[in-house]
Amino acid sequence: MTVRIDTALALHLGLIALLLALHFAAPDYHHANLAKIMVLAVYAMGYNIAYGYTGLLSLGHALFFAAGLYGAAMAITVGGVPAGPALIAGMAAGGIVAAAVGLLALRTTGVAFMIVTLMFAQAGYLTILYLGQWTRGDEGIVIAQGLRHIGALDLTDEGPRYLAALALFTAGLLVNLWLVRSPFGRVMVAMRENEDRARMLGYNPFQVKLVALAISGLYAGAAGAAYAVMFGYVGASLASVQYSILPLLWVLLGGAGTVAGPFLGVLVMFYLIYYAGTLTSATLLVVGVALVALVLFAPKGILGAVRERLLKWLP
Amino acid sequence: MDFGPFLLLALIEGLVTSAVLALTAVGLSLTFGIMRVVNVAHGEFFMLGAVSAWFVTSWLPVPPALAFAAALLLCPLFVGVVAVLADMLILKRLNYQPEATIVATIGVLYILQQAALTVFGPDARPVAAPFNFRIQFPWFGYSGYKLAVIVAAAAVLAGVWLLLTRTKIGLVMRATQIDRDTARAFGINVDRVYAGVFGLGAALAAIAAVLIVPIQQAHYLMGADPLLLSFIVVIIGGLGSLRGTLVAALLIGLSDGVISTFFAPTLAKIIATLLVALVLVFRPQGLFGKPAL
Repeated sequence: MTVRIDTALALHLGLIALLLALHFAAPDYHHANLAKIMVLAVYAMGYNIAYGYTGLLSLGHALFFAAGLYGAAMAITVGGVPAGPALIAGMAAGGIVAAAVGLLALRTTGVAFMIVTLMFAQAGYLTILYLGQWTRGDEGIVIAQGLRHIGALDLTDEGPRYLAALALFTAGLLVNLWLVRSPFGRVMVAMRENEDRARMLGYNPFQVKLVALAISGLYAGAAGAAYAVMFGYVGASLASVQYSILPLLWVLLGGAGTVAGPFLGVLVMFYLIYYAGTLTSATLLVVGVALVALVLFAPKGILGAVRERLLKWLP
Repeated sequence: MDFGPFLLLALIEGLVTSAVLALTAVGLSLTFGIMRVVNVAHGEFFMLGAVSAWFVTSWLPVPPALAFAAALLLCPLFVGVVAVLADMLILKRLNYQPEATIVATIGVLYILQQAALTVFGPDARPVAAPFNFRIQFPWFGYSGYKLAVIVAAAAVLAGVWLLLTRTKIGLVMRATQIDRDTARAFGINVDRVYAGVFGLGAALAAIAAVLIVPIQQAHYLMGADPLLLSFIVVIIGGLGSLRGTLVAALLIGLSDGVISTFFAPTLAKIIATLLVALVLVFRPQGLFGKPAL
């Protein structure tokens, strides 16, 4: 009897094991960076579900990220909810906002979809500034250290924070892997590749895209909520258009439509900006040049190129 | 001041906004209409016009009025050349594929912003108006320069209109817009038309910026508002429709002047952005456009 080894699953579990090993091995500074990178990677994974798999190029994901950020932060500071339930609230907020936006925005496609999502996110950003009385606008909300723990887990401490980020990342990665290999994941890809043919086969494009966008929003909301609770700060700048562009950049860099690509994109971009920062203060230039170079020379990203040349089976 | 004169003041302010907005938005509308390119870096071309105007007026050792006239000529030319380069080096190689060009122009946006921050610095800097006199209305005095901005913008727009409808260049542009393959079959160099249109669109934004910079100051982040407002105008007016763009610029500029005089500007912006999103969802051809097919 032969045992069929699930290579793709093994590879992604290997990535998680590597990150767990780094918890003990990584130097303090990089340890702290990795915690942040894992949280942002969850956001990027969410973006990838919409853009990479379903083909929905949104320029408004900052709105869903912000829903998570403010959903969690305001549940704690205004609502007096403990951090655990606040995380759930933030995640739900991301999903609900994404579904609501999707109900309207998904009536459009292509360029119009990009502009509509951009406009909704911009309206959300301005609303956060307008409601400064509660959201504290640009200055932002700082969550007191005493409120940032789940049960016995103190998230202000580096160690537990890393493990909590890893737990969230693991859940996100495995659900993502399961989702894209499920029948529904295949239908998502069908929407990206040829919507008309998928419709002819009896699938409802609007419904599929709406569900995909809502899942994407849940990811963004979860990442936002985790960011708020782990790093204790929530500000309007995190809802600005730049935070809609960044996940697009990460996903393009790592490889759109690959499960581990978003993580790789965040990792490479984070350290690219970090090392560029030691050479020059022109970090915006790095982002700009990376975007242009990616669409010109490597539209499939790192893992996309790897998949094309070496590992055809990579999910 | 009574309500009547106050409203008149708001309307004139709105007319100044409309004039500058119309110039910027027509540039965006041209690139979209003819090339089908959504240029997210359009606001940065506007910013580049204002920033380069500061350099020209502060470096040229001539009287302010003359220096300003030079800026009005040189800055759009410079910005146009930058845009033509961006088109030839980046957009053309992407085959003008819509989604890739949006991502690429976002990249150009960041590059130009960083270039301005590095060369120009983070401060807002004023440019002197070429002349200073006040026109005295019965109720209030008003800056003569602002009225001149309205006249100048109208003149440039009339020029664009004539270029498009009465010249061979305009004919070639319109032919490319309608069917680029047939145009190419008739010997039109479509690549050159695209580069020219992209440069012209950027130059129009730069002219608008040079005109407004004595009123508003130059700053490396000043591109965001014109970009957003131009998008709003172009969408409300119907994507690619020049006449619609002009009507919408007038409408948005005037209502912006009136609304921000009487209400909070942030609230006005929230309502405007939501309105645009809803127009795109429910009337994608714009409020003035004809239904497409």
